[in-house]
Amino acid sequence: MRDVAIVGVSMIKFGRYPEKQVHELGAQAALLALKDAGVTMKDIEIMTSGNLYQASAMVGQRILREIGQTGIPVINVANACATGSTAFREAYMSIGSGAYDTALAVGSEQMGKMGLLGGGGGGGGGGISPEGIVGSGLMPAVFGQAGAEHMRKYGTTQEHFAKIAVKNHKHSIHNPYAQYQVEMSLEDVMNARVIAWPNTLYMCCPTGDGAAAAVLMSMEKAKQYTTTPIKVAASVLTSDPWSQRDLTLPDVNTLTRNAAKEAYETAGIEPDDLDLVELHDCFATAELLHYENLGLCGEGEAGRMIDEGETTIGGRIPVAPSGGLLSKGHPLGATGVANICEVVWHLRGQAGDRQVEGAKVGLAHVIGLGSACTINVMQK
Amino acid sequence: MAEADTGTAGKKEIPILPFLRLGEKAGDAAYLFGSKCTSCGATYLGSRMACSKCCSTDPMEDIRLSDHGELHVFSIVHQSAPGIPTPYVAAIVDLPEGVSVRCNIEGVEPDPKNLKFGMPVEMYTEKVHTDSDGNDIIAFKFRPVNGK
Repeated sequence: MRDVAIVGVSMIKFGRYPEKQVHELGAQAALLALKDAGVTMKDIEIMTSGNLYQASAMVGQRILREIGQTGIPVINVANACATGSTAFREAYMSIGSGAYDTALAVGSEQMGKMGLLGGGGGGGGGGISPEGIVGSGLMPAVFGQAGAEHMRKYGTTQEHFAKIAVKNHKHSIHNPYAQYQVEMSLEDVMNARVIAWPNTLYMCCPTGDGAAAAVLMSMEKAKQYTTTPIKVAASVLTSDPWSQRDLTLPDVNTLTRNAAKEAYETAGIEPDDLDLVELHDCFATAELLHYENLGLCGEGEAGRMIDEGETTIGGRIPVAPSGGLLSKGHPLGATGVANICEVVWHLRGQAGDRQVEGAKVGLAHVIGLGSACTINVMQK
Repeated sequence: MAEADTGTAGKKEIPILPFLRLGEKAGDAAYLFGSKCTSCGATYLGSRMACSKCCSTDPMEDIRLSDHGELHVFSIVHQSAPGIPTPYVAAIVDLPEGVSVRCNIEGVEPDPKNLKFGMPVEMYTEKVHTDSDGNDIIAFKFRPVNGK
């Protein structure tokens, strides 16, 4: 693989855009990223488009009808919550392999007030769904149980998880792209109505609409366009390997650990070298698990890590300076690209009041249940 | 349209999921069915085309899973899809054969203080629905042993 750099990034504020169509959101983000890179659609040789809920509706091509139909190859990608980051990785692979020099990756989604999402599969007999009768496959219960596993193993408490939400909501007040920018206290989070124990309402990410985009080039070409190319030091994709309970309780840990190991090896770094992390905090419980999965702390230390504020901006290793999925929102196809966009802004020193000072290396992690995990490591 | 046949002659019991086996005649106990890889010993709920652990394509051995296990983890679901009564306990139960099963825990107030990780639980079945042909849909559930 040759070196690949990110030259342009963008995202639109996540939220609700019922008056727009999803490709309009994607097109808006794409135009902003092209402008940020100082290129036009005429410079783009391949496009990848991540979108989950309209995966059969050629969203990539629809975006190009808005911004430039140059006849380039378009790859439409669906990979659960890792949809956008997988599209980014396809763009990365296209350039890293030497096949193309310039690529555009767009992630977009329009979910509206979709409600609770499920992991799919497992239809019942007699046309009746087993949901709620034979346990739950809906995300809140799955991530409630995943958090409970950590409680069982290490004595982690609901308060530990709540502190994650407090931190991310606090970070969000400085992110104008976040769907919600509301600071709240530990009491606010703990006293909110329970969605699926141990997660309360403010410990669950919202559904919504949004888009994000990135322009990638070979490092050689990138240097013609910018003095601050951001190197993609690793771009890893894993699926869930066999584990006993994965078949009933999706194992979000093992595939993240596998991806992290590969990413650190490829990038030639250790977790201690990271200046910031955007990870998949779809629920507060998930973020805590990933501290250990990503090697940000030792086994069983994640509770202590949040207690001691190590992952707050200004702490040892800031996690989710954007406010995370919990505040920024989680339009599935857009999320993975938006996480990369956030990391790039920090590495360029463009993150405004939430800037992680002096950031040189950042990691973006996404999990799609079912399961897919991407880790992208970006370096200044 | 003619009046629907309301007779119960053809009425059957249908399991809610394919790995729940109902007794063929009255008095037979229902059980969960699994399979075991003859190469590596990995066990599965229901059947598999091949072993997803070791990739062996040798025929799998059918196994009858225990109706007793232990509560691995749970969540108390307070908000769910429309029509699903809440709150309830959504759980993962480990069976001694090395299989885990997703299920509801009944017979206990849905509050974390009433549940303990690792507590013994037992399976039972009950009718949860009648389909449009009058068939009974049977589900399996778990409850704490001793009804506690």
